[in-house]
Amino acid sequence: MGLEVDDLRVFYRTLRGDVQAVDGVTFGVADGEIMGLAGESGCGKSSLGNSLVYLTGRMRYVGGGVKLDGAALPIWDFEAMNEYRYREISVIPQYAMSALNPTRKIGRMTSELLHSRGVAYKSVVNELLRRFELVGLSEDVLAMYPIELSGGMKQRTVMVISTLLDPSLLIADEITSALDVSSQRAVAELLVEFRDRGFVKSTIVITHDISVLYQVADTILVMYAGHLAEKAPADVIINSPCHPYTKLLISSLPEIGVRYSEKQLVGIPGTPPALLDPPQGCRFKDRCPLASAKCNRRPPFVDFDSGHQVACWEVAA
Amino acid sequence: MSVPGRMSVSTATKDVAADVAVALPAPVEERPASGLRETLYFAARNKKLVFGLAVTLSMLAIAIVGPYIARHPPLEYGGQLSVPPTTRDGYWLGTTLLGQDVFAQFVTGVRMAFVVGALGGGIAAIIGMVVGFTAGYRGGIVDELLNMVTNVVLVIPTFALLLVIAAYLQVRGIMTEAIFIGLTSWPWAARAVRAQTFSLTSRDFVSLARLSGESSWKIIFKEIAPNMSSYLFMMFILLFGGAILIAATLDFIGLGPSNTISLGMMMQLSVQNAALQLHLWWWFLPPGLAIMLIVGSLYVMNVGLDEVFNPRLRSM
Amino acid sequence: MSAMVEIEGCTKVYRVGSFGSTRLTAVRDVSFDVQAGEVVSLIGESGSGKSTIGRMILRLSPVSAGTIRFNGEDVAALKGRGLREYHRHAQGVFQDPFSSYNPIYKADRVFTMVKDTYFPAVDAHDWARKINASLEAVSLDPTQVLHKYPHQLSGGQLQRLLVARALLLDIDFLVADEIISMLDASTRIDVLNLLGDLKARGLGILFITHDLSLGNYISDRTVILRRGVIVEMGATVKVFGDPQHAYTQMLLESVPHLHRKWEDMKADYARADAAIESDAIDSTLVELEPDHLVRRAGGASA
Repeated sequence: MGLEVDDLRVFYRTLRGDVQAVDGVTFGVADGEIMGLAGESGCGKSSLGNSLVYLTGRMRYVGGGVKLDGAALPIWDFEAMNEYRYREISVIPQYAMSALNPTRKIGRMTSELLHSRGVAYKSVVNELLRRFELVGLSEDVLAMYPIELSGGMKQRTVMVISTLLDPSLLIADEITSALDVSSQRAVAELLVEFRDRGFVKSTIVITHDISVLYQVADTILVMYAGHLAEKAPADVIINSPCHPYTKLLISSLPEIGVRYSEKQLVGIPGTPPALLDPPQGCRFKDRCPLASAKCNRRPPFVDFDSGHQVACWEVAA
Repeated sequence: MSVPGRMSVSTATKDVAADVAVALPAPVEERPASGLRETLYFAARNKKLVFGLAVTLSMLAIAIVGPYIARHPPLEYGGQLSVPPTTRDGYWLGTTLLGQDVFAQFVTGVRMAFVVGALGGGIAAIIGMVVGFTAGYRGGIVDELLNMVTNVVLVIPTFALLLVIAAYLQVRGIMTEAIFIGLTSWPWAARAVRAQTFSLTSRDFVSLARLSGESSWKIIFKEIAPNMSSYLFMMFILLFGGAILIAATLDFIGLGPSNTISLGMMMQLSVQNAALQLHLWWWFLPPGLAIMLIVGSLYVMNVGLDEVFNPRLRSM
Repeated sequence: MSAMVEIEGCTKVYRVGSFGSTRLTAVRDVSFDVQAGEVVSLIGESGSGKSTIGRMILRLSPVSAGTIRFNGEDVAALKGRGLREYHRHAQGVFQDPFSSYNPIYKADRVFTMVKDTYFPAVDAHDWARKINASLEAVSLDPTQVLHKYPHQLSGGQLQRLLVARALLLDIDFLVADEIISMLDASTRIDVLNLLGDLKARGLGILFITHDLSLGNYISDRTVILRRGVIVEMGATVKVFGDPQHAYTQMLLESVPHLHRKWEDMKADYARADAAIESDAIDSTLVELEPDHLVRRAGGASA
């Protein structure tokens, strides 16, 4: 079952028109799958992740369907989505560390959160402590203020609290970006651990750092300028990508061992298109070495191989 | 976004491109997204701002024009006593218990209110900005010292100080009052400016300005202050309104200027002369209303301005 | 040949609290040098003091103890005209391109600021020529970046514009403080390669970063910093190829690689913490081999 997204479109209203941030996106995340959602800034990945949970002020649902475990999710209806938030779908937001109210002790904040969801704190506190221990936090954390915790500790606290009710879908938005290298690995590995222990069923990990995805994600979905480019198992994306954008992106990543004096990496010339009035057809065509006239029609996101989908005329369809 | 005509320039040789870039006038500029036009667009739509501005400007019109159309000098004991508003002889708001023209006093009072607001608020704003910018930009020991000075001025009992001054200066004009208000109400402005300056000084463009050899005061005026211009503007409006309110309070308890009339003094005299009991509503109601309208509209305007300047508070 | 930039025994102590009652040591006894035509990367996590060192070298922050020498001359003693002259040779580019530009002015005002201080007498035509040459050196098209506001340009363009500004001054030394961490993956590499070009032209570059892969890619020598103290330094191939300090090893094991899984690399946090504890008590930098120094506990004995 898991998550099924069908032709989802979510735009931002602005004075000058609609910013087409998520423009016709179709994919699925199976139970037990950790899918990485990768792309550069402004590609729409955060918008996509957020739209599944909570449409912020300027976001406007335009079309498409979302199903979680077979049931349709009414993402356009703020009130109706309340039933699902935190129970079925949970989010670890960007800047989770500053999401903790500085004037509340962790325990009190958690009980208030649970109370607002109609869950008795007492009924889950034992499980909460058990999970704290699992991630290496002592039970004293409940009596502490956020300022007394380090960055990595705060991140782990937020992760445990967000998944306390065993959601079916977890969306982790750039949770490793603000962390030091030493905490990054611990936090990323926690995502895998949560999945392995059954605390969450499917996970979407949103990040611009593909190397982290290689380490923890089962599949990677690459997004470009509001459209999907490619989805495949993680090592396929890294070792044998098909979409021209993915190929150029992977080859521009420096890795320990690659040195400038030996092999100069190359970036992708140009910049992504503005989403206020995006070009017709494939949005990568202006920077793509394989672009041709047929790219003026938008390529469909189709199967290239089993478990491997691409949106490119040169590669598939 | 570049103008379409530029496409051909970039295909020319490098030298020609360089020369052409020099010879051509600056291309059609795109306004910054949060520039004047968009600000004015939101400003025109903000009801609080429009309403507040309308009321303030109306009162300002009264302040400017009023004293010229008043028929009698405000302090002259010419008319009949305690006459209600009438069209005879230009006593449009009636007379006081002592036969003075209430309308003349009223419009003079409104004018005095604006003078005290501008002067008192202005002095407080200038001192507050100098202290705030210096403390915020320099930090360290300078900041500590200025903080101490700010705190001392903050806790000085202004009422007691004013009593002492009143005892020494038998004749006090509106200027003295304004200067006094300015010298005692700057601390919170200094605090606010200091806080904003701190956060702006830590931005990289200030470091870059230092690396480019810009002097400290130039940095404050060209880099930092313009970035807080909306904040400074709103702060001045608050100081303006605050000064008027303080002046009215001081006047009401009898510590106002000794050689002219103001709204607060009108209220003081009316209460002293039992206008409430004698039902001389035309004596105390207009000044009270005027103070309320001026100060209230300024504050409402400020709230509106905050919404206009802060994109996050805007609703679509 | 003596180094272009020499830092010796540098320490930075912040006084916090009321009237500076508490002291916070951000950088302790740091010494290294940067030669002309070489890239030295200063690698550390947040709170390691790496940005503080960069700012001290640029005289944006005073040094509490120790000396910084540029071509043999003590930088701390400079002021006024001497300081401006120093900045003709040493400049910096910072992390957040959008914070480096004053949002109310156009982006190319950064060039005008330089002109006002350093080239007041140059006429408009020559100045435009100089700008175009600088922009070309950083692969920017003048027609695309001049007369624009910062928000109209991309992060990569803004960072390159800052490098172009530094080149206008004909600098010898550049402090690049996390200049690409806020850029997208596809533009990072271009700016990084630009640093490689500058190095080939003879510039000395201090590349401050928290990202080990970037440091490994571009630098000749590496300094690993932790909590204000150098734990390992030397030639990049030696530090990355054969890390000796437990902290360096832990860093290399925690970085996500693109062709090796974490499962195959055990990160030993406990050992790293223990090593760091013993460092704090009494330790010195010991030379294990030429151009490879490691902090070891104990006195000056090897």
